[in-house]
Amino acid sequence: MPVSLTPQGLPAWQQRTTRAQWLQYAAWLLGISLFLLCWKVISDNTMWVFVEDAGRQGSDLLSRMLPPRWDYASVLWKPMWDTLNIATLGTAIGIMMAFPVAFLAARNTTPHPLVRSVALMVIVSSRSINSLIWAMLLVTILGPGVLAGIIAIALRSIGFVGKLLYEAIEEIHPTPVEAISATGATRLQVMNYGVLPQIMPAFAGISVYRWDINIRESTVLGLVGAGGIGLQLNASINNLAWNQVSVIFIMIFATVLVSEWISARVRHAII
Amino acid sequence: MSTRETLLESRAQAARQGRWQRLPLIENPRWRWGIAIGVVVYLVLALASVEVNWARVAEGAGRAVNFLSAFMQPDFVSRQKDIVAGLLESLTMTLTSTVLGVLLAIPVGLGAARNISPLPVYLVCRGIIAVSRTFQEIIIAILFVVMFGFGPLAGMITLAFATIGFMAKLLAEDIEDLDWRQVEAVRATGASWWQTMNHAVQPQVMPRLIGLSVYRLDINFRESAVIGIVGAGGIGATLNTSLSRYEYDTAAAILLIIIAIVLLCEYSSSHVRRWTQ
Amino acid sequence: MLTLSGVTKRYPTGDRALTDIQLTLPKGQVMALIGPSGAGKSTLIRCVNRLVEPTQGSIRLEETEITRLSGNALRQARRSMGMIFQEYALVDRLSVMENVLSGRLGYVGFWRSFLRRYPQDAVAEAFRLLERVGLPHAIDKRADALSGGQRQRVGIARALLQSPKLLLVDEPTASLDPKTSRQIMRLIRELCAERELAAIINIHDVALAQQFADRIVGLRAGEIVFDGLPNELTSDMLTTIYGEEEWDTTPEPMDDEPAAEPPRARVFEGLAAGGAQ
Repeated sequence: MPVSLTPQGLPAWQQRTTRAQWLQYAAWLLGISLFLLCWKVISDNTMWVFVEDAGRQGSDLLSRMLPPRWDYASVLWKPMWDTLNIATLGTAIGIMMAFPVAFLAARNTTPHPLVRSVALMVIVSSRSINSLIWAMLLVTILGPGVLAGIIAIALRSIGFVGKLLYEAIEEIHPTPVEAISATGATRLQVMNYGVLPQIMPAFAGISVYRWDINIRESTVLGLVGAGGIGLQLNASINNLAWNQVSVIFIMIFATVLVSEWISARVRHAII
Repeated sequence: MSTRETLLESRAQAARQGRWQRLPLIENPRWRWGIAIGVVVYLVLALASVEVNWARVAEGAGRAVNFLSAFMQPDFVSRQKDIVAGLLESLTMTLTSTVLGVLLAIPVGLGAARNISPLPVYLVCRGIIAVSRTFQEIIIAILFVVMFGFGPLAGMITLAFATIGFMAKLLAEDIEDLDWRQVEAVRATGASWWQTMNHAVQPQVMPRLIGLSVYRLDINFRESAVIGIVGAGGIGATLNTSLSRYEYDTAAAILLIIIAIVLLCEYSSSHVRRWTQ
Repeated sequence: MLTLSGVTKRYPTGDRALTDIQLTLPKGQVMALIGPSGAGKSTLIRCVNRLVEPTQGSIRLEETEITRLSGNALRQARRSMGMIFQEYALVDRLSVMENVLSGRLGYVGFWRSFLRRYPQDAVAEAFRLLERVGLPHAIDKRADALSGGQRQRVGIARALLQSPKLLLVDEPTASLDPKTSRQIMRLIRELCAERELAAIINIHDVALAQQFADRIVGLRAGEIVFDGLPNELTSDMLTTIYGEEEWDTTPEPMDDEPAAEPPRARVFEGLAAGGAQ
C-alpha cells in the first residue's frame, strides 16, 4: 500500500509502492535506451554533410517556390477533376464492397465463425496497406491511369469502412433484432429491418469521413502513376519547377480544406 | 389546415384503404429530384472521364495472376538482406518519430487549445496543425528529402511532423473538453500554473494521450512503408524496388510482413489502451 | 393448444434456467407468469418461439412440434406467435407504420419488404390495428418520437399484424407508469378476447396479474411452484414463489431497471481518433 510507516512510526505517503516504482524506473530506462539505439541506427544511415546544409537547402527551396507561377493553375483543372473522381468513385466502390464484408465480420450477423475470420482477414489486409502501395501494385497490373487510382482507393477503403462499420454493427441494440426475428422474418429481412436502420447514421458518417480522407490520399497517387494531380506534382518535381509545385500545394491545401469542411458539416447534420 | 396536416390526413386515408408508401428521405420534391439528377449527371461525367486502356489491362491480367500466385509462395529469402535492413530502418524511424512527434505535439496541443492559450499562440499552433494534417506524409517527405538528403533522417522528420499535427489536434480538443471544475478545484488550493497542469489537466488527458500515441505508432509504421518511395528510407524503398523489378514474390513477402507487424501493433495497442484506462 | 412437456433449458455456463416444465394452455386463455427476477420467465417464453433453444423437452403448438423445426418451417411457426417486449423493441429509426408492417415480414418476400411494397390488405389491416390501439395519427412518426405507452401500443399492433394464435408477452409494463401499465394490460386483455388469442404474460406486478389474467403460474428457480386461478394466489403462495415478505402491506411492483442506451457514441469517437490516417 502507498501508505507505510516510517522508522519513527509516522505514516508516510508515497504515490506508488516501492516495487511499482522500480518497475517504472526500469521501463523508463529501457524505453530511453531503445530510443537512443534507434537514433543511432538512423544517424549511422544519415549523411550529416547534407543535414548541415539543410538550412541553406531549405531557404533555397523556398526562394524557388516563391512566387508561385499562377498561370500554371489553368493546366491543373483537369487533373484536379480526376483527383476528385478518384476519391469519390473509389470511395463509392469501396463502400459497396465494405458493406457486405462488415456484415460478415460482425459477431452478431456473421453466418459462420469461419466466414468471420475470412472477412476480418480481408479488412486487416486492406487496412494495413497504404493506398499508395495498392496504387503501385495496380499500376504494374493495370497500367498507369485514373482506373488504378480508383481501385487503389477502393481497396484501401474496404478495410477502414469495414472495420468501423462492423464495430457499429456489434454495438446495436439487440432487442429490435430479436423482435424482428420473432415475427418469422428471414435472415435478410432481419438485417434490413432490425440492423440496417440502427447502423445507418454511423454508416453515413463513416462514408463521408472516408471520402474526406480519400481526397487527401488521391492527391498523391499520381506520384506512382495512378492519375490525378499527383502526376503533375511528380512532373514538376522532376523538372525542378518548384514554382509550379507551390501552385499545386496551394490547390491541394484548398481542396482538402473544402472537403474537410463538407465532411464535418455532413457528419454534424447526421449525428 | 396546414399543408402538413392535409398531407397527413390524406396519407391516413390512403393507408385505411391499404395504400401506403414510405415517406421519402428528402421531403421537398424539388430538392429530391435535383439531388438525384445531380448525382446521376456527376456519375456519367466522372465515368466518362475515366480513360481505360483495355489492351494494357488485358496485358496486365497475366501479371495480376502472377502476383496472386506470388502471395501463395512469398519469397522471404532471396532479398533477405534488403528486407531486414529496410524493416530495421522502418521500425527505428517509427519509434523515434513517434517519441519526438508526441513530445513536440504536447506544447503545440496546449497552444492550440482555445481555453488555455492566448489568441496569437492559438492561431500559430492551429496553423501548424492545419499544414501538417492537410499534406500527405509523402509530400512532406519530398520536401524533407530535398533538405536533408536521402535516408531515414528525412523520413523520421516527416513522420514526426505528421505526428505533431495528428496528436496536437486531438490533444487540443481533449483539453477544450476538459472538466473545468477539476481545474478550478486545484486552482482554488492556490496552485501555480505548472501545478494546475500537473494535477488537474494531465490526469484528465493522460490516458487518452497514451492510447493515441500507441495508435499513432501503428500509423507511423504503415506510413514508413510508403515514404521510402520518394527516398526517405525504410521498407517502402525495398518494396518499390521489388515491384519495379516485377519481383512479385519478394513484394508479397514484404506486404505480408507489413500486415503481420500492423496486426501485432494493433493487438498490443488494444492491450495498452485497456491497461491505461 | 400450446403444450410444453419436460422443457428444460441449461445455459452453456451450466446455469439451469428451466427444469422440466409441464404446461398446457388452452385456446383463448390469458395466463400470467409470475416469479422473481431470474426465475426463468423470459427464458420460458423465448423457448416457445425458439429465440432461446430449449435443451430438452417438447413444445407443441396445435399440431406442430416446435422444437424440431428449422429454417422456413420455424419462421412459419414464429408467424403464428406474436411477441411483445418489455423495452417495446421497436426499431427506433423506422416510422410507426414500418414498425407495424414488420409484423408481416414472415408473409412477404424479401424484395417486397425491402421496397416497402406491402400487399394492400396488410396495409389496411395495419392501419386498422393502429386505429384500434389509438394511434392512427402517428403513422409517419418515427418510433423514437413516441412515449413509452404509445410505443408499447405500436409493439402490440406489430404482434397482432402477424395474425397470431398465441401472444408471448414479456414484461409489457415494466417500463411504464402505473396508469399506462393498466391501460396496456387492459388493451392486451381486450384484444385477446376479441381474437380468441391465448397469451402468456410475464409480469412482475402481482396485482396486475391477478386483475387481468385467467390463470396464474408461479415460477421459482426454473420450476413451476404454483398453477391456479388468480384468487387462489394467497400470501403463503407468494412466499413460496418470491420468498419471505409481508405481502399484505407491500404490494409494490418490482421494476426491472430500464436498459441502458446503446453505446453508439463510440463509433464517432473512433472516427475522431482516425484523424489523418
